[in-house]
Amino acid sequence: MSAVEIAVSRRRWAPHNQVLPSLVIVAGIAGCGGGFVSLAPSRLVSGTPVPLWTATAAPLVVLLAAAGAVLFALGFAAPRRALSYLAAAVAAAALFATLAAAGSAAAELAAGAPPAAAIGLGAGFWVVFACVALALIEALQRAAAAAPTRLLAACLAAAGFWIMAKTGMFDALSLAHEYLSRHEIFAAAIVRHTALVLGALVPALLIGVPLGLLALRRQRIEAPLFAVLNLLQTVPSIALFGLLIAPLAGLASALPALAALGIGGVGPAPAIIALILYALLPIARNTLAGIGGVSPAAIDAARGMGMTDRQIFWRVEMPLALPVLLAGLRIVTVQTIGLAVVAALIGAGGLGAFVFDGLGQYATDLVLLGALPAIAMALAVDLLLRLATGGASRRVAS
Amino acid sequence: MIEIDRVAKAYDGRVVVSDLSLDIAQGAFCVLLGPSGCGKSTTLRMINRLVPFDSGAIRVDGTDVREVAPETLRRRIGYAIQSTGLFPHWRVEDNIATVPRLLRWPEDKVRRRVAELLALLRLDPETYRGKYPHQLSGGEQQRVGVARALAADPDVLLMDEPFAAVDPITRDALQSELLHIHQMTGKTIVFVTHDIEEALRLATMIAVFERGRLAQVGTPLDIVERPASDFVRDFVGVQGIGLKLLSVRRVGERMRPGEAGTGEPVAAGATLADALAAMIAQRAERLPVAEDGAIVGVIALADLVR
Repeated sequence: MSAVEIAVSRRRWAPHNQVLPSLVIVAGIAGCGGGFVSLAPSRLVSGTPVPLWTATAAPLVVLLAAAGAVLFALGFAAPRRALSYLAAAVAAAALFATLAAAGSAAAELAAGAPPAAAIGLGAGFWVVFACVALALIEALQRAAAAAPTRLLAACLAAAGFWIMAKTGMFDALSLAHEYLSRHEIFAAAIVRHTALVLGALVPALLIGVPLGLLALRRQRIEAPLFAVLNLLQTVPSIALFGLLIAPLAGLASALPALAALGIGGVGPAPAIIALILYALLPIARNTLAGIGGVSPAAIDAARGMGMTDRQIFWRVEMPLALPVLLAGLRIVTVQTIGLAVVAALIGAGGLGAFVFDGLGQYATDLVLLGALPAIAMALAVDLLLRLATGGASRRVAS
Repeated sequence: MIEIDRVAKAYDGRVVVSDLSLDIAQGAFCVLLGPSGCGKSTTLRMINRLVPFDSGAIRVDGTDVREVAPETLRRRIGYAIQSTGLFPHWRVEDNIATVPRLLRWPEDKVRRRVAELLALLRLDPETYRGKYPHQLSGGEQQRVGVARALAADPDVLLMDEPFAAVDPITRDALQSELLHIHQMTGKTIVFVTHDIEEALRLATMIAVFERGRLAQVGTPLDIVERPASDFVRDFVGVQGIGLKLLSVRRVGERMRPGEAGTGEPVAAGATLADALAAMIAQRAERLPVAEDGAIVGVIALADLVR
């Protein structure tokens, strides 16, 4: 065989898409290896790992293996759009199968265990789940799926999860037990978390955008302003929440009217103030970068043709800076959703309350009950604002 | 039409324009010419008050520019710049309609005007009105920039090195079209450039700038044949002076009226440089001269050096 022939035959067997086969291999090792779920005598002690094949119903294991094989093979197929959509569909099926496998394994184990036993999700589950989710995202990416298609895929995944949960598929999992014993305060926690995030973002935008504009129009302000905002960003969140307790408590006792409004050293007020302070830097920075990045020629032309300052701002600068501004809003929203979890430490409530309760009780699944919805919320906001940013930047492409 | 009267401008004590007076007649094509940093661009931008001046006065059509609101003033004066400054998020149509819409023209009038201007700049209205600037070539973008400056039919057009960033062939075509538009509309044009060839080709009057002052004001012929100072002579260029003379003198001045010749005729209004180029292309030493479609004489190689 000549060198050329070897090169050609090697090329034929090189995958067009290295990502899918790699994910399948990692998921396969994780699925066969460690604990897919874990079984503990009670929710407060750590459990022993149980592998996928010993607990899960056989058809689900076969389905997962088949999906893995198809995805692996698709990695070697010629890059065609239809095949990418096929990969996405298979990955979506595998995603549901992974969830079902966890539920099925838990139900199987629960049947033969004492009532106090807790069945948690093991490392194997998380690795398989992450790999399958990444495969789905990768396939949609390769298919160059339009924004509405991605949104539809996300909605279908969420709806599928909801239906599975409603039909009691996960009821044997300790995570579901934690949820069921708290489902009333869970909804309230979601609402409170959302309120904390919005309550911080709206004022942060109202302050941060003008600060960014001020830094842009008055060059001398830029350096000191961002020095302060950067300094704020470096204060650890727990410390900042703690530092605000004393001044606000003092303020509330000095002004009873404020205390009557619910403002005090602990609770939502110091949390929202701290979240605003953290949000200011990215908002001001992106405003400066976005508006400052607008082509000076466009602004000169606008002024030279007789636009007023206000018209230049709203008709030229704002629309052209919008993609950067939306990108900043996306980052700051995701950051605030995460930081608001920590705010539970000073009694602000929200999803962080579950996290800190869980940490206090060494109950991992309770920590997850707080953390997973916060992650889901951040991902949803990220997706929605990404779609909005994509729409905005297509219009100003240059 | 535009009177610049003893105007001065300094930035932080550094004088940019000092004691500058210049009258630009109605219908003139006035080129402000000079090296970079000589104050020509600043002078142009003082006319529509993009740059405030420290002393003196500027009058457009008899009105002191400081007596009207700057926005009102600017909407009456066309403005085109080197990097076009087209709004990337607006279609060609919306870009051209900027000033008419600021002036709240009715929408059907705006649409008609946009079509008219695209046709004037040799861009097919139906193909181009819906495009975004990034879908256009550099030359097309500059045409749209000129169309936008002309949109509200201003009497005065200010152009700041509008063709400096396009390739030589496109620049040549744009210059021809601007000359054609100037002849057709009779607008007063103030045009900044550092390119002597461009100035000689376009201008009816040239103002040569030297460090914030006027070194010479005159017709292209004056500037080439009778430079007022060594600076002007150096700037116009010693070496190419003969060729530059060819590009400011017209065929009509040197032709032999009444004689007949063979070959592709040259226009009486063409420059001697054009005639020379035509002779080289046709390998002929004599060419007929046409005016208004009729042959009016011939021009010979020897006539060019007379």
